[in-house]
Amino acid sequence: MSTKIATAGNAGPKVRSDCFVTLELKDSGGVQIDLKSKVKVLYGDSIVKLCSDVLAFYDIKNAHLQLEDSGALPLVIAARIEAAVKELITTDKEFLFPILDENIYSSEKEQFRFSRLYLPGNTPSMMLNAGIHHPNGIILDLEDSVAYAKKKEAQLLVRNALRGIDFYGAERMVRINQIPNGLDDLKYIVPNNVHLILVPKCEGAHQVIQLEEEISKIKKAFKVKHNIYLMPIIESALGVEKAFEIATSSENIVALAIGLEDYTADLGTKRTNEATESLYARTRMVNACKAAHIQAIDSVFSDVGDMDALRATIKVSKGLGFEGMGCIHPRQIKFIHESYAPEADEIDKAKKIVNAFIDATEKGLGVVSLGTKMIDPPVVKRAEKTIRLAINLGLISENWRKEFLNEQAG
Amino acid sequence: MSKLVKNAVGRMVPTEINGQEVIPFKGVGKHRPAGRKYAPPIPTAMDYPDDGNKVVASLKEALTKCGLKDGMTISTHHHLRDGDLVSNTIFDIAHEIGVKDLVWFPSASFPCHDPLIKYLEDGTINRIEGSMNGPLGKFVTQGKMKGTAVLRSHGGRVQAIQDGEVKIDIAVLAAPSSDPFGNANALNGPSACGVLGYATTDYLYAEKVIVVTDKLVDFPNLPMEIQGNYVDYVVVVDKIGIPEKIVSGTTQITKSPDRLLIAELTTQFLLESGILKDGCYMQAGAGGTSLAIGYFVHQLLKEKGWKSKVGFGGSTKYMVQMLEEGTMEHILDAQAFDLGAVASIAKNKNHHQFPVFNAYNYHSKGNITTMMDIMILGATEVDVHFNGNVVTHSDGYLLHGIGGWQNCLHAKNVILPIPLFRDRIPVIKDEVTTICGPGEMIDIIVTERGIAINPKRTDLIEKMKDSKLPIKTIQELKAEADAICGPSQKPNLSDEIVAAIKWVDGTVIDVVRKVIE
Repeated sequence: MSTKIATAGNAGPKVRSDCFVTLELKDSGGVQIDLKSKVKVLYGDSIVKLCSDVLAFYDIKNAHLQLEDSGALPLVIAARIEAAVKELITTDKEFLFPILDENIYSSEKEQFRFSRLYLPGNTPSMMLNAGIHHPNGIILDLEDSVAYAKKKEAQLLVRNALRGIDFYGAERMVRINQIPNGLDDLKYIVPNNVHLILVPKCEGAHQVIQLEEEISKIKKAFKVKHNIYLMPIIESALGVEKAFEIATSSENIVALAIGLEDYTADLGTKRTNEATESLYARTRMVNACKAAHIQAIDSVFSDVGDMDALRATIKVSKGLGFEGMGCIHPRQIKFIHESYAPEADEIDKAKKIVNAFIDATEKGLGVVSLGTKMIDPPVVKRAEKTIRLAINLGLISENWRKEFLNEQAG
Repeated sequence: MSKLVKNAVGRMVPTEINGQEVIPFKGVGKHRPAGRKYAPPIPTAMDYPDDGNKVVASLKEALTKCGLKDGMTISTHHHLRDGDLVSNTIFDIAHEIGVKDLVWFPSASFPCHDPLIKYLEDGTINRIEGSMNGPLGKFVTQGKMKGTAVLRSHGGRVQAIQDGEVKIDIAVLAAPSSDPFGNANALNGPSACGVLGYATTDYLYAEKVIVVTDKLVDFPNLPMEIQGNYVDYVVVVDKIGIPEKIVSGTTQITKSPDRLLIAELTTQFLLESGILKDGCYMQAGAGGTSLAIGYFVHQLLKEKGWKSKVGFGGSTKYMVQMLEEGTMEHILDAQAFDLGAVASIAKNKNHHQFPVFNAYNYHSKGNITTMMDIMILGATEVDVHFNGNVVTHSDGYLLHGIGGWQNCLHAKNVILPIPLFRDRIPVIKDEVTTICGPGEMIDIIVTERGIAINPKRTDLIEKMKDSKLPIKTIQELKAEADAICGPSQKPNLSDEIVAAIKWVDGTVIDVVRKVIE
């Protein structure tokens, strides 16, 4: 053995819900565990036991493990130790916690994706409470928010988070690294309850095809049955030109997102709040998405303090045909939902469609029609979602149909 | 050690503390004291200079003239907060002249008082009867203080003084400005802190009163928040405080999205339950979440065209904003938390100085606290019976004083906006580590994952039954936290009692035991 000491995780005065592991493999002397934790009085015994369990799982019999803990949950501690272990020994064994029952829910191609909250993939403190803000989707990011040296440990943390952190119904997303490096991320997420994968800096169908091949291999090996959707991110001039090709490159693509920081850099221009520099890219991408019958998702708005500017930006965005945008702060979620919320005429139309569907079902008819127009099932589904969303946002009451029928009768 | 008895909240407490008989907690509103209030000895005007000049050369001289000796009780107020330069000096002097076994009786202590640990170690100070934070709290909880600490609420401190449970031998009162007669206030001077409300009981009841100032002005120093007629000596020093540590330049609304969510849920609850209404009386603290609630309430009042009739302070610039923008009619103020509040007291006629004396006192003919519609408080722990803890951490260590918390529990609607867990430590327990307030007085717990209403508040439960807010039982909230944080072990505590927690009526509601490390 050449290297015998490895570290993983984070420590420091501002770090919370994380831990820093220093693992030294020894030739003799058994396992020694030194715990420094601010929750030692309450969790010391269970943390030490977890440390021993992880080391035993990897057949490590002689080692010195130092753990500096700032209130990390077991799934974080285990990921950190596993990362240190894997620095020192070669093994495919994974120390896994069971998938939470609360986390077993599915995602659908058509679902609303107004907001998706980016979380740095190596920062556990931000993951724990992300779901309580109820974004439509939560993105555990392995790409730009994770330092190069931390990529490996982030994969393990994201894996454990996908299994063990309750996101309260949000669509579970991961942004992998750019293809081809991102292919290595897949084995940590595909078997572990991911709904959607974001593919950064996508520049052509060939990347999606390569990705899909790898995903199906892993799905097969781990017997994963559910669909894993894809959201390629268009972040370059070439990507914009290839938008339609990318959008139609796989059945699993549910949306394209645009990433304007990298795109404007590629153009050699500055990103402004008015965003005239990216108008072509955005309209072109929206058009490609609509042609491919998928969603078009706007870039993040990075000034988290300026909610008025955010509102103005979303107004333009919605006007261009975008159906959602990324958030980098939970406070943006509410504004995004309100701004992308269905407007009165959309709600009226949805009421008519859902009502017609209920009528048809009650009468035992297989076909839903509105006047002389046939309504396809996906349209009904979408209308139902609009209604549900309008109820959730307090725009209409739970008893809307009663009121609707009264209105029709009156 | 005296025998232990089980009190009305089921805690085993002693009947004697520091050699003094104490009464175990009997239940809320069950203890009825009798007799007459304590009074200091009768002074004689002829003992004081006709020219009204009571200035002596140094604090040492003043203390000596007051007859400082072993075993005395020295009181101070906490209006200079973490910038207090006076309290430590008292004990430096006591140490220098070899006085022992003093009792320090502050209205609160701060990290700047940590240097007093050396005087607790060498016997200059026998014990502290007041709040214990940080290293002082650790020192006490490790069982290293000679006497037993006694923690009282702000109102409980007034009660203990008024009924003679604590006799103040010397009150050393820092004052941002004073005249030579001892008329003092906190509006002017380099250490201006707005109000001196916590010093009122001290100057009225102490045997001897020393005013320490760094701004001596000509008689008359108006307003006379401390009245010179009660003052024995005036001492002028270079500096009584470090201004930037006396008041926070800016109290800040929390930036944490999770805390903001709690604040939003709280505000929405207040509105839907009808607790927030036109003309309501309200009190909230200066913590980031409380400030956010104040801000959201302010927006809501504006939107509705309502106003709050009275805001009881601890005031902040945010409360002042409500006053100035017309969503609050009066601020009654016991302490100013930031510079904006200090400035407002001097300029806004509806921003009134208002001693805790009139809000928090058990021996009073009524308190305004019981009239408050909205009372926003914090807690380190609550339990499934809604009992609350504000003095100890779940690991057993003392970390906060009671402040006005117990007194505020008497409000009409007590709301605790708290996170469900902090750094893996669940806030909702089967049993709180230390009971500071009985569950019957805590009405609503608002966490980021749900809101629990005390089952006793059937009126609120009924009102909120169709609400879309996440109303849950306290047991459900606890289960949710436990599922996330995992089962915890209990701290290792010895039988040795290191601190007593008094209820507002002077009875003992709980004790803190030594932590075995």
